[in-house]
Amino acid sequence: MSSESTLTPTEYIGHHLTNFTAQTGQGSFWTLHVDSVVMALVMGVLGIGFLWLATRGATAGVPGRRQAFVELVFGFIDDQVKGIFHGDRHSFVAPAALTVFVWVLLMNAMDFLPVDIMAWIYEHVFHLHNWRQVPTADVNTTFALALSVWFLMIYFSIKVKGVGGFIHELFCAPFGGHPLLWPANLLFNLVEYISKPLSHSLRLYGNMYAGEIIFLLLWLWAATGLAGTVFGAILGAGWAIFHILIVVLQAFIFMMLTVVYLAMAHESH
Amino acid sequence: MNINLTLVAQAVSFAIFIWFTVKFVWPPMLRAIEQRQKQIADGLAAAEQGRTALERSNREAEGVISEARGRATDILAQAEKRGIQLIEEAKAAARAEADRERAAAKAELEQEISQARESLREQVAALAVAGAERILKREVDARVHAAMLSDLQKEL
Repeated sequence: MSSESTLTPTEYIGHHLTNFTAQTGQGSFWTLHVDSVVMALVMGVLGIGFLWLATRGATAGVPGRRQAFVELVFGFIDDQVKGIFHGDRHSFVAPAALTVFVWVLLMNAMDFLPVDIMAWIYEHVFHLHNWRQVPTADVNTTFALALSVWFLMIYFSIKVKGVGGFIHELFCAPFGGHPLLWPANLLFNLVEYISKPLSHSLRLYGNMYAGEIIFLLLWLWAATGLAGTVFGAILGAGWAIFHILIVVLQAFIFMMLTVVYLAMAHESH
Repeated sequence: MNINLTLVAQAVSFAIFIWFTVKFVWPPMLRAIEQRQKQIADGLAAAEQGRTALERSNREAEGVISEARGRATDILAQAEKRGIQLIEEAKAAARAEADRERAAAKAELEQEISQARESLREQVAALAVAGAERILKREVDARVHAAMLSDLQKEL
């Protein structure tokens, strides 16, 4: 919230959805969403750092509480990857899946922090007027992850099948190798290659963005009077509880799709 | 929603985090877990081995005990038999000793009886001779009639 005493709903929502930006050059592309990058880095360092700390003292004997927890997560991811990817998963795919899951989960979980209290803290402690705290509600973040996975997909596809095999698959799969079918195959594959990163990133972005908006609408209602406060609080609690499911589920789906895409890149047709 | 430099920055962060996890987080964790799995498997195998060894030694001990029990019974029976035999032997020896002593006593008795009879006969003979002497007074010369008297003595 800004310092003005009256705020229209549009201004309120607009304020919460405005990034803290830094301009690094001419043109809109050279804008940097500092809040998304910083929050993502903080979450990544926290999450991966926690895992790293647990592995530092990792023992094959009786594990401590922290190690047992990390091993639980480790085993969960390893099981999921084992079911989808049949290859040497330990060299890249499984650790990548662990990174994606932990990082996305923590970034999504930023949605649990109450926006207006956090806005006050950002405003008065850090002197940041605009600060969006959920990096995955920024399409740049989800797109960055999905595009990275997309490039990894193409990299592994070429690595496993060779450049010739990759181009062969573009023209000859999934319908067949007949020259008349080449255009259809190519079109199909292009649509697939375009749709994969789009659906991958927009699913996560849409869910987190919508969650944020619903919270904002509920808090708008809560500011309208006693009834609004009561119902806003009840519905807000309900939505927050439901949001626990969404946060974990979306992190899980994003991780699973990453594994599936990378596994598909390893398979020859 | 506008795509901008943030995307590149986030992709770089993502790459760094993945690299870090691949390099420093996953391998030690995997090593620890696999090592523990191996330890547990080894432990279970050792326990199984120990169980079978215990079973085997229990069986062996049972065999040894039953053998010892059998031998003890044998020894007991033998000892009992030997005891009875000893008693029988002792009894037989005692009986033989008693018989022997009884026979000796009997022989002594008989000897004494015959001695007594002999001395009685002598005395009777002497009495008879004395009686006859008294009857015949001087007529009977002991020296002359000694042969006759000793014959008479023998007949009595």
